[in-house]
Amino acid sequence: MELTGADIVVKCLQDEGIEYIFGYPGGAALHIYDALYRQDKVKHILVRHEQGASHAADGYARATGKPGVVLVTSGPGITNAVTGIATAYMDSAPLVVISGQVPTHLIGDDAFQEVDAVGITRPCVKHNFLVKDVRDLATTMKKAFFVATSGRPGPVLVDIPKDITAEKTEYIYPRSVSMRSYAPVKRGHPKQIKKAVDLLLNARRPIVYAGGGVVLADAEDALREMVRLLGYPCTNTLMGLGAYPHDDPLFLGMLGMHGTYEANMAMHGCDVMLAVGARFDDRITGDLSKFSPFAKIIHVDVDPSSIGKNVKVEIPIVGDAKSVLEDLVRELKARAAAINQGQTKQWWQQIDEWRGINCLAYDQKSEKIKPQYVIEKLHQITNGDAFVTSDVGQHQMWAAQFYGFGKTRRWINSGGLGTMGFGLPAAMGVQIAYPDDLVCCITGEASIIMCIQELSTCKQYDLPVKIINLNNRYMGMVRQWQEFFYDRRYSHSYMDALPDFVALSESFGHRGILVDQPADVEGALIEAFAMKDQLVFLDFITDQAENVYPMIAAGKGHNEMHLHPGSGEPPQERELA
Amino acid sequence: MRHIISILLENEAGALSRVSGLFSARGYNIESLTVAPTEDSTLSRMTIVTAGSDEIIEQIVKQLNKLVDVVKLQELTEGAHIERELMLTKVKATGDAREEIKRLVDIFRGRIIDVTDSTYTLELTGTVEKLDAFVKALDMTEIIEVVRSGATGIARGERALSL
Ligand SMILES: Cc1ncc(C[n+]2csc(CCOP(=O)(O)OP(=O)(O)O)c2C)c(N)n1
Repeated sequence: MELTGADIVVKCLQDEGIEYIFGYPGGAALHIYDALYRQDKVKHILVRHEQGASHAADGYARATGKPGVVLVTSGPGITNAVTGIATAYMDSAPLVVISGQVPTHLIGDDAFQEVDAVGITRPCVKHNFLVKDVRDLATTMKKAFFVATSGRPGPVLVDIPKDITAEKTEYIYPRSVSMRSYAPVKRGHPKQIKKAVDLLLNARRPIVYAGGGVVLADAEDALREMVRLLGYPCTNTLMGLGAYPHDDPLFLGMLGMHGTYEANMAMHGCDVMLAVGARFDDRITGDLSKFSPFAKIIHVDVDPSSIGKNVKVEIPIVGDAKSVLEDLVRELKARAAAINQGQTKQWWQQIDEWRGINCLAYDQKSEKIKPQYVIEKLHQITNGDAFVTSDVGQHQMWAAQFYGFGKTRRWINSGGLGTMGFGLPAAMGVQIAYPDDLVCCITGEASIIMCIQELSTCKQYDLPVKIINLNNRYMGMVRQWQEFFYDRRYSHSYMDALPDFVALSESFGHRGILVDQPADVEGALIEAFAMKDQLVFLDFITDQAENVYPMIAAGKGHNEMHLHPGSGEPPQERELA
Repeated sequence: MRHIISILLENEAGALSRVSGLFSARGYNIESLTVAPTEDSTLSRMTIVTAGSDEIIEQIVKQLNKLVDVVKLQELTEGAHIERELMLTKVKATGDAREEIKRLVDIFRGRIIDVTDSTYTLELTGTVEKLDAFVKALDMTEIIEVVRSGATGIARGERALSL
């Protein structure tokens, strides 16, 4: 049967098993919207700003592992979506973005609502397509899903001129596609696996450094098994939190700029580092010239260009994190007799000494609400089992440091691009995927305003997200840098003229609770979570002066951390055994 | 170090901009870039001359391979290869200079492909160094314009870049 391009787009989504798409209509997309209207398999979530659509689809994708789908119109529709596309690109989230485009004959004419969508998105997508012939449409859609979800995942744009959505052709959705120019590697090279195990078994001061790639590849079980087999310390990046359980004795916490003392010191002192699904980002490494000076590095990544990009690697292994970790486990089991946990005893003694200080200390007796306290309470009340999205700033770091994740895909934040405004729409996407689960958005008063319009979407679709606003009346992270590095010149970081968030949420039809006493924190959280089918905006008035510790300042190494005065004296540096 | 990278690219709109965009976005250096269709109409062949440390070249190669439109790639400078560039030059040619330029063109095995009362248009093919040397040798002559194609190349012997 012949179908119009618009119907083909929707059919493809159905045949791909897509349940939800996030979008906003406009002229160039109207045929597609009409096709959506005439069916009820694919449910469309109408956001209030296209940035919200791409973040929501991203949140959905990260929480489920399935591709998130966005539908926007040409011109301002796609430009508004770009921030969300770039966010997904930096964190390797699988998105398929469908954008309407002006009709083929008008392309290049500066037509109404025309932008070069393929050109604008090129540097922030894994790949993009402009469909020029309706007969290519179904195959292009299949390719888009294939590219977005395979290898190192990422966003893919399909730009479809309006006339193409009106033209008709026979609809055949290919069951699979192969592309001669795209063949992601899955298995790691067996020789490299053997070499890696040799090196691991000979380590005296090993560390396993696991990142978001472990989450994306659903490799957490294999990671845990491997780490436990070896009895080696493990640290996670901001993107990898949950990959290794926070309360396991082998876990050193998060590493990097605001990572724990023990994780960063162990990174600095290690002699063998196994990096899996992590990319040696500058927020992780600090000054590269001071980075892990004694380490021989094994680097596992599905993206060859991540390997050797920032640091020199001894043993590169290109492959999917899950497959490689499973191969490592198999090889280790075959050589179980060679695993000698006594070999790392001194190293563990050293690590325990580092752990002896409380690097996440904060003032427990304050009369003001400490943001860390709110997150700790949140963890307790939710048993560490909530989905937590965040925005960007101090609150994001406190959430990462204090929530304590035991599972993957529960911690959803914009690590790579650092996009304020991500938290609320991402939480919507998660809540749509898991309607019965608790979804919390930890945010700051500056970030939340960036996509506050999505409160309206939450009302329309009854999304009972719980917003935990750590309201310090400052762009706290900016203020912290100004305090440390600009002599306390707080240039434009004070959030003047803030709205009354309780009234604001209520005007959108939600509930709001203002909390300004530490004693009320727990009660307010419990009260909010009891309102299971309500969005509740919890506005915590927190200590304005609080800073995120520990901190590695720019140009410093992992062993040069700035600690909270209440952390206690760091142990004396000593020769590493 | 100077490197020549040959690429087989999907012959699709936007493929060229993906490659050039990669170089500008990541701050890699391009000395020259040439591209044209091949005998297989679905493929273009691109030759990029770039320079950088071994680490940078390794990254360039990996990043290029990561582009979905890049089908296959070869680093020509890794093995024996032949490199050629075409140059067209228009020079002032009057009086004694007419003979002198003609002799020079012969020495460099070039050709005069267009003539007016006062100008010659010269064609020369060769390595980048040879073309540079020719331009230098023309130093007494008034050059009106120089058009260079950018280097292209092919591996020697059995080594080939094909599907
Ligand atoms: C879209 C965007 N603009 C600017 C920034 C730079 N920035 C990083 S953190 C931050 C302040 C965030 O303030 P708030 O949301 O109140 O969180 P806090 O740090 O106070 O917890 C800013 C402006 C950013 N990350 N994203």
